[in-house]
Amino acid sequence: MSLISCEDLAFAYDGVTVLRHLDFKVEQGDYLCILGENGAGKSTLMKGLLGLKKPSAGTVSFGEELRAKEIGYLPQQTPVQKDFPASVREVVLSGCLSGMGMRPFYAKAEKDRADRNMQALEITDLKDRCYRDLSGGQQQRVLLARALCATKKVILLDEPVAGLDPLVTINMYRLIERINKEMGITVIMVSHDMQAATKYASHILHLGEDRQLFFGTCEDYRHTAAYHSFMDGEKAVHIWKKAAGKEKKPRAASPEPEEKGEKEKKEVQQ
Amino acid sequence: MFGLILEMFTYPFMVRALCMGVLVAVCSALLGVTLVLKRYSMIGDGLSHVGFGALAIATAMNAAPLAVAIPVVIAAAFLLLRLTENSKIKGDAAVALISTGALAIGVMVVSMTTGMNTDVYNYLFGSILSMSHGDVVLTGTVSAVILVMFVFFYNRIFAVTFDETFARATGLNAKLYNTVIAVLTALIIVVGMRMMGSLLISSLVVFPAVTSMRTCITFRSVMICSAVVSTICLVTGLVISYLYAAPTGASIVLCNIAAFITFAAVQKGRECLQSSEKSL
Repeated sequence: MSLISCEDLAFAYDGVTVLRHLDFKVEQGDYLCILGENGAGKSTLMKGLLGLKKPSAGTVSFGEELRAKEIGYLPQQTPVQKDFPASVREVVLSGCLSGMGMRPFYAKAEKDRADRNMQALEITDLKDRCYRDLSGGQQQRVLLARALCATKKVILLDEPVAGLDPLVTINMYRLIERINKEMGITVIMVSHDMQAATKYASHILHLGEDRQLFFGTCEDYRHTAAYHSFMDGEKAVHIWKKAAGKEKKPRAASPEPEEKGEKEKKEVQQ
Repeated sequence: MFGLILEMFTYPFMVRALCMGVLVAVCSALLGVTLVLKRYSMIGDGLSHVGFGALAIATAMNAAPLAVAIPVVIAAAFLLLRLTENSKIKGDAAVALISTGALAIGVMVVSMTTGMNTDVYNYLFGSILSMSHGDVVLTGTVSAVILVMFVFFYNRIFAVTFDETFARATGLNAKLYNTVIAVLTALIIVVGMRMMGSLLISSLVVFPAVTSMRTCITFRSVMICSAVVSTICLVTGLVISYLYAAPTGASIVLCNIAAFITFAAVQKGRECLQSSEKSL
């Protein structure tokens, strides 16, 4: 039996259906990327999988070895967390709570688990640092470590690279790939980033305007109309951005590099 | 001066005030950390105003003040929590509506019945003389519940405060925790209001948490530091108010302001030190 299977799934807000006829399966070890534009219902589906939102029709069923609360979740960051006084260790440990039943305190097993996951994500040396003082990429690693503490099988990532700079983004994708390949954890990721999705994922679920446009392996996906229209869209945006950049250059772009240059010079002098 | 302080504690009402005050200070500081971090600080303020309205009505009806105030304020806590979670009127506006509304109702009731007398003055700005034996018992019970909860559910409270969605996704009943925290806040505010006054009680919730967040970097240290700072400020404020015959509530808040400025200065100093180290 599949790890997670959804049959004719639909979600509605206040009676208005935002997603319908979803049919897909996730097997152990898969790397599924959920693609779609803003408002396509990606976050809603995410909430549905986590059991935070009840489907208006259809079912989400979990394989024998997985319970709904055993999914590790990497949510998008909230403004509350930006200035939250907590050490990295405290945050990572809080991922272990789900497996503790009514026991009030962490035992050695939980502490070891947190240490292991911090080591795997190379954040052990940050463990006594304050969460709010970390860079965006480091914060994401901390939250990823917490998600790993909450699961042995599946992690759900909600736009894990949003707001990260390009280099950090690549590192984050590599990290997720390692989690999938080396630790054997199934990855379900919501993303905008088509290129990365088709590069790393094994399966793609493409949502568009309240329904499922495609579900299947990544290879099959490259031959679909949905892929090409999405890619064309990306290309169009790319071309448009380039054109816009060229137009702006003579006016806006010229003072900036000079300023930067000056700053760098000052730093060198210091 | 030490003689005076010793003399202060020969009065039974002073000892009572000290015991109650310390319990209220510790509990409100603990609750305050989660409320401030969850951006619910104004709920404390709103609830204290509702408390004033309830006390005014109780006096007008000649009922026991706390018997009326407690259920009303708890109901208001539920309402505010629901309003901040999901409604068309957004959180801060909802709090402002309810708190000013309750204040207006209280003032209206008072002016139509007894008029503005010392009772009303005490409700607004607090008095250490107004506390009865029953109040002490109630404070003790509420504080015991809060302390036990914070010891046994500390890790879960952290999880719900830091990231409610994640907590819910991993099976914690975040709504229940929120409700329990709101009810306990309501209780501690009603109890503490007698001493601090309804206009000043929310400072006990907000100040210690914000103060300790200046310098502490772990959740645990913020919790402990808030409780300690809150207790020290309360005792100092009480002594000052005795020595200089100053209003108790206001003295305690002034101590809290001093603590806040000190901690903020330490934070600034540290930042300056760090940046100068970096540039070297």
